[in-house]
Amino acid sequence: MQELEKILDEALKQFAAIEQAAELEQVKARYLGKEGRLTVLLKGLGKLSAEERPAAGVRINQVKQGIESALQQRREALQYSQLQLKLKAEALDVTLPGRGLGCGGLHPVTRTLERIEGLFHSLGFTVASGPEIESDFYNFTALNIPENHPARAMHDTFYVDQKHVLRTHTSPVQIRYMENNAPPLKIIAPGRVYRCDSDVTHSPMFHQVEGLWIDEDVNFSMLKGVLSNFMQCFFERDDLQVRFRSSFFPFTEPSAEMDIQCVQCNGKGCRVCSHTGWLEVLGSGMVHPNVLKHVNIDSEKYLGFAFGLGVERLAMLRYSVADLRLFYEGDLQFLKQFN
Amino acid sequence: MKFSENWLRSWINPELPSHELAHALTMAGLEVEALESVAPAFKNVVVAEVLEVIKHPNADRLNVCQVNVGEAAPLSIVCGAPNVAVGMKVPCARIGAILPGDFVIKQAKVRNVDSFGMLCSAKELGLAEESQGLWLLPENAPVGEGLREYLELDDMLFTLKLTPNRSDCLSMAGVAREVAAIAGGTLNALQVDSVQSSLTETLVVNIDAPEACRLYCGRIVRGVNSSAATPSWMMHRLERGGLRSINAVVDITNYVMLELGQPLHAFDLGKLTGGITVRYARADEELVLLNGQKVMLQDDILVVADDTQLLALAGIMGGAASGVETATRDVFLESAFFVPDAIVGKARRLAISTDSSYRFERGVDFAATRMALERATQLLLEICGGQAGVVSEVRGELPARDAIMLRTSRVKRMLGIMLDTAQITALLQRLQFKFEQQGDDFYVTPPSYRFDLSLEVDLIEEIARIVGYDNIPAQPPQTAVMMVPQTETQRSVSCLRQILVARDYQETISYAFLDAAVERDLCANTTPITLKNPISSQLAVMRSSLLGGLIGALRINFVRKQSRVRLFEAGVCFTGENHAQRERFAGLCYGPQLPEQWGAAARSVDFYDVKADVEALFAPVLLTFVASPHPASHPGRSAQILLHGQVVGWIGELHPKWLQQYEISQGVVWFEVELDALISANVPHASEISKFPPVRRDLAVVVDESVTVQSLLDAMLGSNTSYVAEIALFDLYRGKGVGDGKKSLAFRVLLQDTQKTLIDSEIEQSIARLAAVLQQHGAQLRI
Repeated sequence: MQELEKILDEALKQFAAIEQAAELEQVKARYLGKEGRLTVLLKGLGKLSAEERPAAGVRINQVKQGIESALQQRREALQYSQLQLKLKAEALDVTLPGRGLGCGGLHPVTRTLERIEGLFHSLGFTVASGPEIESDFYNFTALNIPENHPARAMHDTFYVDQKHVLRTHTSPVQIRYMENNAPPLKIIAPGRVYRCDSDVTHSPMFHQVEGLWIDEDVNFSMLKGVLSNFMQCFFERDDLQVRFRSSFFPFTEPSAEMDIQCVQCNGKGCRVCSHTGWLEVLGSGMVHPNVLKHVNIDSEKYLGFAFGLGVERLAMLRYSVADLRLFYEGDLQFLKQFN
Repeated sequence: MKFSENWLRSWINPELPSHELAHALTMAGLEVEALESVAPAFKNVVVAEVLEVIKHPNADRLNVCQVNVGEAAPLSIVCGAPNVAVGMKVPCARIGAILPGDFVIKQAKVRNVDSFGMLCSAKELGLAEESQGLWLLPENAPVGEGLREYLELDDMLFTLKLTPNRSDCLSMAGVAREVAAIAGGTLNALQVDSVQSSLTETLVVNIDAPEACRLYCGRIVRGVNSSAATPSWMMHRLERGGLRSINAVVDITNYVMLELGQPLHAFDLGKLTGGITVRYARADEELVLLNGQKVMLQDDILVVADDTQLLALAGIMGGAASGVETATRDVFLESAFFVPDAIVGKARRLAISTDSSYRFERGVDFAATRMALERATQLLLEICGGQAGVVSEVRGELPARDAIMLRTSRVKRMLGIMLDTAQITALLQRLQFKFEQQGDDFYVTPPSYRFDLSLEVDLIEEIARIVGYDNIPAQPPQTAVMMVPQTETQRSVSCLRQILVARDYQETISYAFLDAAVERDLCANTTPITLKNPISSQLAVMRSSLLGGLIGALRINFVRKQSRVRLFEAGVCFTGENHAQRERFAGLCYGPQLPEQWGAAARSVDFYDVKADVEALFAPVLLTFVASPHPASHPGRSAQILLHGQVVGWIGELHPKWLQQYEISQGVVWFEVELDALISANVPHASEISKFPPVRRDLAVVVDESVTVQSLLDAMLGSNTSYVAEIALFDLYRGKGVGDGKKSLAFRVLLQDTQKTLIDSEIEQSIARLAAVLQQHGAQLRI
């Protein structure tokens, strides 16, 4: 029996010394293989007396289990350390930059337009559009600006031919939409417009968003409500002060210019607002009855308000762009700032 | 419209300080564009007379002057101005004076001579940018009077940016009337009495264009002294109104225009022959104007003529030949009402802009026409002397001022505020409108000076202005809420943009007009839509393609040393006589396909990189590409993009000659597609999917270089071979083992059935059929 203890002891020592899985299996055979020492002992049980046999058998099996369990433990230990080595070898420098394409971005004017569209969409406005080469009729006459009206001098118009201009505002879309759709109507018309004027603060091409809401119960007080709400949402400032000033547009009456408190200096006065504390951002008014008449909408039944805002102006204020001309140069250094 | 605040306050003096008055005007629609002091702050500067000038004993360039400042003893002042002379009147800063820039005048010794003050230039007083020597004041300047008082310098200058509808505010009388309505207060309106005529002489006035000239008043004034000095108060008001002093007679007519809004004209009577006729010009008549400009007239231009010559462009400008000069003794004064339609656009056509035409084309108060003539006569007699003749007046039909109905209910409905009839009554009274009330309705007669009131809504706007837009609350809309429809068969431009953004394109926006040469080069477009009045020749024609703009943007970035540029733009392109306007989507890539990085070999972007971008834009819809030359592209690397057999765009590598011309150092790949083609989308419709896995077989063939992959794919797919679920090219090889002029292609074929697992014989049969099709197209199978 002492031999059994010795065998177990030897086996455990040997297993512990082994570092390779294959070697472990070879050593295992020495104990548990066909000719293994325990196998031999088990075979030798038959030579024992019937009285000795059960106890000896139990004893041998105990040792066998001890060896097997040690073997299993060692196997797992070896597997584990091998895995650790492999994982260690496979470790990455996670700080290396990711591969592949980069990511582009939208133009700041588009970004602003989408923001404006999104806000008005949430109030149920849909998007309409119209041509950029526009007839004199839609750009002026139908908007209550007859030929030779001094208001035409307010627009520096690009002429394509005698009857066609590059639209000077997005307002003609109002007319086109009203010609083809019956009230109630609720649209915005974003788009490019053109004025024959180019300097630090004027671009010959820029963007406007026109808005039109025609219904039976639209009034000036609502115009103020909707547009104030829009500006506050656009600049994400609930406390943004706004004001409406009387003005003149041939296609609206009463007409109003909307100013917002300067977002740069919070109304204290700075270079951006020419030290007035206010920024002119939008023209608006109740749709002129002559305009409704042009499109056969009964101005006794329906009232409407319309507005037009300059997108670049809002983009400049929102994103602190100092120079209008940067929008049209296409310089990636400028454009990538809005990604 | 510019005016002096002091002048305004002599008409009406509201309790508001200057800036609050400016704010009130701005809010009511008379935008105050500028409010500035007439002079910077300075004090203790008086009018002085130089009595004696003696050379400074110790300095060559200095003089010691004795100066009378209205006190018993003259002051001794050292002065370095070269123009100092005995007898001149100049501003003198006395001891203790503070000049602009907080410059304090003290008693000083200048090279050992005491100096008790300083004689000033206009620059030193902050009244001019530059001065040459002392400021020479008029001879009649009162010695000892404070300069600020004498020149009325404690005054503010208002500049109004008037909207075209408010011609009634192009005068002091008009602004004062408006201030009374907005800010309240008592209006000291000018009372003008008729001048007693001492001559019976008149000129005969004929109106040949009665529809254009509705009222003409004129009178002779003889014996005027045109060289009389214009009084300083009038000079100040003219200057502060933006007008230069010319001579007393002209100044008086200009002054009355500023005061009452009525443009007047004075003719030199001695240069007239016979009577006055107002008529349309005959075609090709010529006139030399007061400013020396010679104009050729057309027959729609209204003129004033005498029996032998043209005298003036009616309501625009007088002629040089009949103008008043300082030697003029006898004048004929004209005050007329020309209807806006007769004047509007004419001055602009002749490239002239005058204060007169500006007013007439917007509307002048015809009720003040005669009064203005009386006022001018009165001032003329006062200032220049002379004897006035009787007024010749020819009066036609004056513009109608019909009563306009104003409904209390309509005011509420349009403005969204409740105003009762008493409140409306009070508002109309503040506006000084004549009206009658009938129940809840008002019948308002617009005043003669308002040309912008003809509809009820015009009056509602007046009500709103006087109530104050600030006093109308901002209310959220309260209407029935409906969802906004969303069309799933259309993709938004926004979503298309995002596809390219995700593929590393940066959006750009270019001008829609460009150089005609760009259109000609890149689009072979020799008949672009051309602007009549472009900003410059580089921005003269409308683009027919977005490519020109993209190349412009590329050039900017290239010059600024960007090595990799990927841009896209969405915008309208313009073609043809009918001004077809189509929205397009275009992109351009230059430089390496990937940003320079550690894990990928640097490789320039090529045709197929950009083709993948185009395919991604259209996905899941499949496109076909057909080799076809485009003026912008390399002839062998250019293709039409087809969708369902229709050409929807182009893709190509920029032609090397354009690279050279535009000084671009590496290849550029571009595409442009019609937005319409991109927008449409299908609502997905699911069909049964197979539970049986697909089987893959590869087919490798060698073909001539001239055989396109598309032709082989079309042939295989067109053969309707059973079980074929997908065929795709997965390898292309040229070189060793394939032979010159040949290429090896490998196709992956997926075979699948929805109902069963395919058996070998079915698979082999299908593959054999595809192989046969390939062979029919000149392909040699590689095993």
